[in-house]
Amino acid sequence: MSMTQQRPNVPTDAVAVQNLPQVTHRRNAPMPLDMDWVASVQANTSAIERRAATLPGRRTVKKDYQAAWLCKAISLIDLTTLSGDDTAGRVQRLCAKARQPVAPAILQALGMQGLTVGAVCVYHDMVETAVRALEGSDIPVAAVSTGFPAGLSPLHLRIDEIGQSVQAGAKEIDIVISRRHVLTQNWAALYDEMVQMRMACGDAHVKAILATGELGSLRNVARASLVCMMAGADFIKTSTGKETVNATLPVSLTMIRAIRDYQDRTGILVGYKPAGGISKAKDALIYLALMKDELGDAWLHPDLFRFGASSLLGDIERQLEHHITGHYSAAHRHAIG
Amino acid sequence: MRVKQIFDTMSYGPAPESDAEAMAWIAAHQGQFGHFIDGGFTPPSHLFDTVNPARGDVLAQVSAGDAGVIDQAVASTRRAHGKWAAMPAHARAKHIYALARMVQKHARLFAVLETLDNGKPIRETRDIDIPLVARHFYYHAGLAQLCTSEMPDMAPLGVVGAVIPWNFPLLMLAWKVAPALAAGNTVVLKPAEYTPLTALLFAQLAAQAGLPKGVLNVITGAGETGAALVAHTGVDKIAFTGSTEVGRIIRAQTAGKALTLELGGKSPYIVFEDADIDSAVEGLVDAIWFNGGQVCCAGSRLLVQEGIADRFYTKLKRRMDGLRLGDPLDKCIDMGAIVHPAQLARISAMVEGSDGDVYRAATPLPEGCYYPPTLITGLSTASTLMQEEIFGPVLVAMTFRTPEEAVLLANNTRYGLAASVWSENINLALDIAPKLVAGVVWVNGTNMFDAAAGFGGMRESGFGREGGWEGLLAYLRPKAQRKLLPPKRPPAVAPQITPAQDGIDRTAKLFIGGKQARPDGGYSQAITTPKGRLLGEVGIGNRKDIRNAVEAAHAAKGWAKATAHNRAQVIYYIAENLSARAGEFAARLHDMGIRNGAGEVEAAIQRLFTYAAWADKYDGAVKPVPLRGTALALNVPVGVIGAICPDEAPLLGLISLMAPAIAMGNSCILIPSQTAPLAATDFYQVLETSDLPAGVVNIVTGDHADLGKALAGHMDVDAVWSFSSSPISQMIETQSVSNLKRTWVNNGLATDWAAAEGRAFLRAATDVKTVWIPFGE
Repeated sequence: MSMTQQRPNVPTDAVAVQNLPQVTHRRNAPMPLDMDWVASVQANTSAIERRAATLPGRRTVKKDYQAAWLCKAISLIDLTTLSGDDTAGRVQRLCAKARQPVAPAILQALGMQGLTVGAVCVYHDMVETAVRALEGSDIPVAAVSTGFPAGLSPLHLRIDEIGQSVQAGAKEIDIVISRRHVLTQNWAALYDEMVQMRMACGDAHVKAILATGELGSLRNVARASLVCMMAGADFIKTSTGKETVNATLPVSLTMIRAIRDYQDRTGILVGYKPAGGISKAKDALIYLALMKDELGDAWLHPDLFRFGASSLLGDIERQLEHHITGHYSAAHRHAIG
Repeated sequence: MRVKQIFDTMSYGPAPESDAEAMAWIAAHQGQFGHFIDGGFTPPSHLFDTVNPARGDVLAQVSAGDAGVIDQAVASTRRAHGKWAAMPAHARAKHIYALARMVQKHARLFAVLETLDNGKPIRETRDIDIPLVARHFYYHAGLAQLCTSEMPDMAPLGVVGAVIPWNFPLLMLAWKVAPALAAGNTVVLKPAEYTPLTALLFAQLAAQAGLPKGVLNVITGAGETGAALVAHTGVDKIAFTGSTEVGRIIRAQTAGKALTLELGGKSPYIVFEDADIDSAVEGLVDAIWFNGGQVCCAGSRLLVQEGIADRFYTKLKRRMDGLRLGDPLDKCIDMGAIVHPAQLARISAMVEGSDGDVYRAATPLPEGCYYPPTLITGLSTASTLMQEEIFGPVLVAMTFRTPEEAVLLANNTRYGLAASVWSENINLALDIAPKLVAGVVWVNGTNMFDAAAGFGGMRESGFGREGGWEGLLAYLRPKAQRKLLPPKRPPAVAPQITPAQDGIDRTAKLFIGGKQARPDGGYSQAITTPKGRLLGEVGIGNRKDIRNAVEAAHAAKGWAKATAHNRAQVIYYIAENLSARAGEFAARLHDMGIRNGAGEVEAAIQRLFTYAAWADKYDGAVKPVPLRGTALALNVPVGVIGAICPDEAPLLGLISLMAPAIAMGNSCILIPSQTAPLAATDFYQVLETSDLPAGVVNIVTGDHADLGKALAGHMDVDAVWSFSSSPISQMIETQSVSNLKRTWVNNGLATDWAAAEGRAFLRAATDVKTVWIPFGE
């Protein structure tokens, strides 16, 4: 096995940038696997946890700032349904909510008319339904793919699934990596798999789900993040939402530090998507502060940051109504997605 | 519209914490405070302003205490002491527990008031300072409960005078008051001139919580007030935290009083190339930009391995640019105001005088008493700023090549308070940590504190520990009453020479570096029996002999690294060889006027056995700190100890000091009894045959005052013990300011050498070094 490999042939950046309305920067493309770099990556769990623990105490936004930041959070949500009982009707309802995430009166009071979520995220079978339901909006459809959530179906089927989803109109593909490659430190295998998936995506953007709750250590998270970026991931994403532990602040800090290192070395900006477990408005604000402080304002836009969340929106709606009225709100006052 | 604008810029807005309750408390006192004495405020007088440094406005006026006020406070504290000390342990524990609860109940008021008075961010007072204060009182409620039963032979010192700094006003109050009260002392506290308010609030609320009057009195004022407290003869112990400069003055003034000093530092922050670099960068935010770097243990001296230095500096600068400065009451800032314009001016002047590359964070700097986070690179060890404490948000940096060089650079300082080591290699980190001369070492972390873990310095960072059992001991003394020492026997003016002396003339020499050495001065002194019969002559050592002995002692550094088992074996061997010559030593002692010479030799042999036994049994501790990880309290040797030995037990006394010193890994310079030194000069022949490495024990005979002065003033001696019959205790402590070495003196009191052994000696021979090791993958 060679330590580095040749850069695969990939679609040009220009095409890719055109494909996704939000994208404003140069797209990531696979680079040769640099094993020296991978081996040098360190992650001190205890120190990372301490930084993560103090973050909520260091940053807060109040009043109009809080309202604006919460609206920003909405614009970054991948509104998601990934259930075995999903139907066309369910997905259409979700898409309607994606177009109108907050009651028009509240948006008007905030001066935020036209606010939508970042994307809608569904299983492959629901892609066509979602694409039709979102027609006329700029909201892209993301498909979870590659044998989601375990990623253990045969590789050719996983690759094939990506192609079908893209064909069905998905602009973004959330793939799952093979955790076993990380757990056995088989970085070359992880890289090869990721490159194949990236190629299969074509012009669709690819988010690499690391399933961090199953990787054993933050060091593994950091190294897997880097390998996926080397293999051309447009986004790295924490979780499927199906692991017992999903997005956490320490994991996020680890992954975004990897993104920063990748940018330092290559000049390429890679997106970040925490998913699962972020259900409170307050949590969303902490994540936004984390992105702003660690990576900069570029990561407060949907081309570089998304929340993978289903119940977060409901809590934000209640906070926004509280902001407008001065009274605490109730869930039933807001349309469910 | 406004929301939409913010949506587009995503800026942080203001997030102010209300100061209403704190200002209301000040207003309730008409903005003027007296001292808190005997359970209530005295009428305000001699007022001076305490200023909010962030806004520049006067918060309140407080009273400047003079000697009369100190008299009044000490008298009140003394009155309260008897009853407080006599209280059952549980009763004291309940009071201290109530103080912990009181702090928690009023946590936000304390936090806001502290931030107003000091200028540090509300995040720090709210999330760090005040919770640590409460934790300290809870922990010490426990020590109060256990103190009597666990330390039945110890008694409180009496009245404690505590002088504390402005950087952690309430936390430093807690660090002094909690252990002092737990041990049964009562306290006069002098908070810093810049930051008196939380101490006054604390005293008031403590009285409300039922603390008996006089147990804690708070006197406000500036340096003169502190000096009056320090000088007061009714104070039994001074506990001081502050600058090394003031600590030195206090050391000189308090000779004869119990004293602990927690002083300055220039703590190294070592980053190896295999460290988690982002975490190490983030650690620096907590190391040097925590409380604006106005922290005695701030990681202010960055040592980074050369290969990663550029990358590290780049990351660090970017992180610095992201720090937010602003109104300390804002909940979204990282750094508040500098405590006082005078401090700001001092920091500015120091940085302007630097010869390095100065990088100031590219972050908006508010108007007023603020200083930007600053990094100075390109410095060398010779640069002033690599050596001098800045006490501001200024990090100085240089590179190193190897682990060995990192240790060398880290220890190239007069200070020894704290150190950080960053490496993902456990072998490297745990090898480096013990080699750093620092009272506290953090592995892959920084500025971690807990009441259970000792905190305090080595070298000129002071002495004494705060926190843990070791901290409590700084407020206790042995219960046993000590008699006055009998006066020293005057030397015989004209020794009677016995005409028919048998045998060949023997010359008693000095013993330096494992070799017998003639005294540098070339003078000798006659040693006689009490009746004046000449027994022999010993050299009169001088300061050059002390210099040579100290150099020899340092050259014997390897002794500290010898295994404890090995040290024990050597001490057993010394006992064995002494035993073989017991008769000869007994006769010698008898000649020199010791009634039971044989008994003393036997006791000396037993004492050697005692410390051979202790050599591998004086265990450190694992502290249950609130962390996934551990904090080790290591008993490390003090270093080079100078010991002036007693006259009343010329052999037993010498061995009672030597044995614990070398058992713990120190090397020592022994100044034998002035009147009966021949047992000591005979003893070096025992040492020569006992496999003791050269320089571990050095013996210099001569005048106690002269040699004591040379030892106490020597800047490469780490501790001086004096059990001399000469009245030199005060001189020793006064001279010790040269390098703030540890002192242990008899103050003219007698020691019962038959019983003088055990933990008190082991404690004097060691420093507690706390090594924090967070872990988890």
